[in-house]
Amino acid sequence: MMNALGDPQSLLVLGGSSEIGLATARRLVRGRVEVVHLAGRPSPALDAAAEELRALGAQVHVHEFDATAVDTHETVLGKIFAEGDIDVALLAFGVLGDQERDERDPLAAAAVAKVNYLGAVTASLVCAQALRRQGHGALVVLSSVAGERARRSNFIYGSTKAGLDAFAQGLGDSLHGTGARVMVVRPGFVRTRMTEGLPEAPLATTADAVAEATVAGLRRGAETVWVPGALRFVMSGLRHVPRAVFRRLPV
Amino acid sequence: MTAPRAPCAVSVGGLSVARMEGRLTGWGRTAPTTARLCVPTSTAEARDAVRAAGERGTLARGLGRSYGDAAQNAGGTVLDMTSLARVRALDLEQGLVTCEAGVSLDRLMRLLLPFGWFVPVTPGTRYVTVGGAIGADIHGKNHHVSGSFGHHVTRMRLLTAGGEERELTPGDELFDATTGGMGLTGVILDATIRLLPVATSLMAVDTERAADLDELMQRLEATDHRYRYSVAWIDLVARGAATGRAVLTRGEHATLDMLTPRQALDPLAFRPRSLPAAPRGIPGGLLRTATVGAFNELWFRKAPRERRGQLQRIGAFFHPLDGVPEWNRVYGPGGFLQYQFVVPYGQEAALRSIVEQLSRHGCPSFLAVLKRFGEGGPGWLSFPMPGWTLALDLPASVPGLGPLLDRLDEQVLAAGGRIYLAKDSRMRPRTLAAMYPRLADFRALRERIDPSGVFTSDLARRLAL
Repeated sequence: MMNALGDPQSLLVLGGSSEIGLATARRLVRGRVEVVHLAGRPSPALDAAAEELRALGAQVHVHEFDATAVDTHETVLGKIFAEGDIDVALLAFGVLGDQERDERDPLAAAAVAKVNYLGAVTASLVCAQALRRQGHGALVVLSSVAGERARRSNFIYGSTKAGLDAFAQGLGDSLHGTGARVMVVRPGFVRTRMTEGLPEAPLATTADAVAEATVAGLRRGAETVWVPGALRFVMSGLRHVPRAVFRRLPV
Repeated sequence: MTAPRAPCAVSVGGLSVARMEGRLTGWGRTAPTTARLCVPTSTAEARDAVRAAGERGTLARGLGRSYGDAAQNAGGTVLDMTSLARVRALDLEQGLVTCEAGVSLDRLMRLLLPFGWFVPVTPGTRYVTVGGAIGADIHGKNHHVSGSFGHHVTRMRLLTAGGEERELTPGDELFDATTGGMGLTGVILDATIRLLPVATSLMAVDTERAADLDELMQRLEATDHRYRYSVAWIDLVARGAATGRAVLTRGEHATLDMLTPRQALDPLAFRPRSLPAAPRGIPGGLLRTATVGAFNELWFRKAPRERRGQLQRIGAFFHPLDGVPEWNRVYGPGGFLQYQFVVPYGQEAALRSIVEQLSRHGCPSFLAVLKRFGEGGPGWLSFPMPGWTLALDLPASVPGLGPLLDRLDEQVLAAGGRIYLAKDSRMRPRTLAAMYPRLADFRALRERIDPSGVFTSDLARRLAL
């Protein structure tokens, strides 16, 4: 159960080897979280994440989960929720793709959409249903500022996040009054494995900063979290920049 | 928190079912969860509701005055017991009342005072139900003389997980597990309570100031036994030499000869007054160290250095906060929590250290309450034990509050003390288990009489009760 100060006791990370997911889990385990479920494709990174969290004192369960295998989500996630209440489910999986290649290879572009949007839709819906049954709990969806307005340089990734973001907002509203809720986290450029070698955008941040903002958002019951916070104002400005100008911006 | 209510009497296939969903919190207005609400108006309806409980279980709720998540059951059913509120029998010779669990202490006072009887134990609010008073085994300013509420219950009827009614008397294992059992052994249907005879409805009160914590503790230790009711209000914002400065208010029910001729015309009058309720939508953050400090300063200066035998009404003496309905709204949308612990006698150093840490942290706590407990009762999870108990309200938004209270928990535990379940909203499960030695027995009993876990609550889930 989430306590009065917004500290959860159990956590499910979808995309268990995600750096932001792990950074968030680390913080929460240092708080009240005792049970962590890591769901992801088997990999050394996933095992390492589990080991690290165990070393911090958490009881960690690893589950095989493939975001693109949408027809398995109900079974895989259903089993996890059957083991006990989940106070926070963090949807942390996602791929960046390679914009230039994906523009030339439509199937590769579809693969990005399949993970980031399709997989997220089924997984979120399954989680939301379970949280609704529990009468409490938060689903944290990792969106991105890239979804706020599509940019020439990464509109494939951006559009998947735009879809996910809109979906998550609507899902959050549908859960209003059920005790369960959705929190959308919109980080800017995060320095992780996923963005290695890419030119940094202004206001770049770290996985740990995203984790910190996520935990703080859970505490205060936020619906939307921008990381860093200043992006909220930057983006509300950029949203209104005319297309002809926006197209030429070096972002 | 109010929520839509529906009668249980919607019958489907012979069963009464709950149909309204409601968002519930405790009095501290933190950690809301949603449950189906059911309002049984008879024992039969309560039984049907218990039998119809789904896999998320069910739980009785009274007036929702416990601060944390004790009366919530996320995803399950919550039985609002306030409509199961008939007074069944009144023995004015012996001073015994038998009433259903949803009867409030307010109602009992209004009913019984004109006959010269008073409830044996009253907490800081009259708006608690008899069922809740037993479930939390509540205490009042007279604990050092009269013990906790459960001590005055001569029998009760409990609805268990299978839907059977069990008649319980003190000494029964299930009676002792239910007293302080936070509603997790079953639904208390009715109880018989031994009352206290009083000659008037006024209190004769002695008030004195104590300049610091040491002086306060000395005075309480030296003269508490002379009073039936005793409590000290501490200013936790004051620092330095004034740390722990306090006002002691101690008293006794006034006798007839203390009353003015005018008061003597109607010595048992009980007409509690109340101001308009605190409005909705008060923003958070009004209660800061500065504002609360100013309030506490004013209140300390206002108290007389020493005054003897002042006559006060019952409401003013016992339930000052009941004068402002919904006063919990002043903490804003973030809500607040109450921290109440007891440390045994001999652990005064631990108490002093905790008071200093709270004061140093700059907690904007309105008056905290310090009191000396007498003997503990037989309730397995009952809170009181001989020692010093301190209770304070804190806005949930105080920076660093979680780690601070975690540290204090450890100190309370190390001193051999414990935290009050009816107030808790944030403790760690293993800390609690170390504080309540009979928790293992409690779990075993629940496992035995309620193997499928019909009765459960957010508190039980959070702390693995």
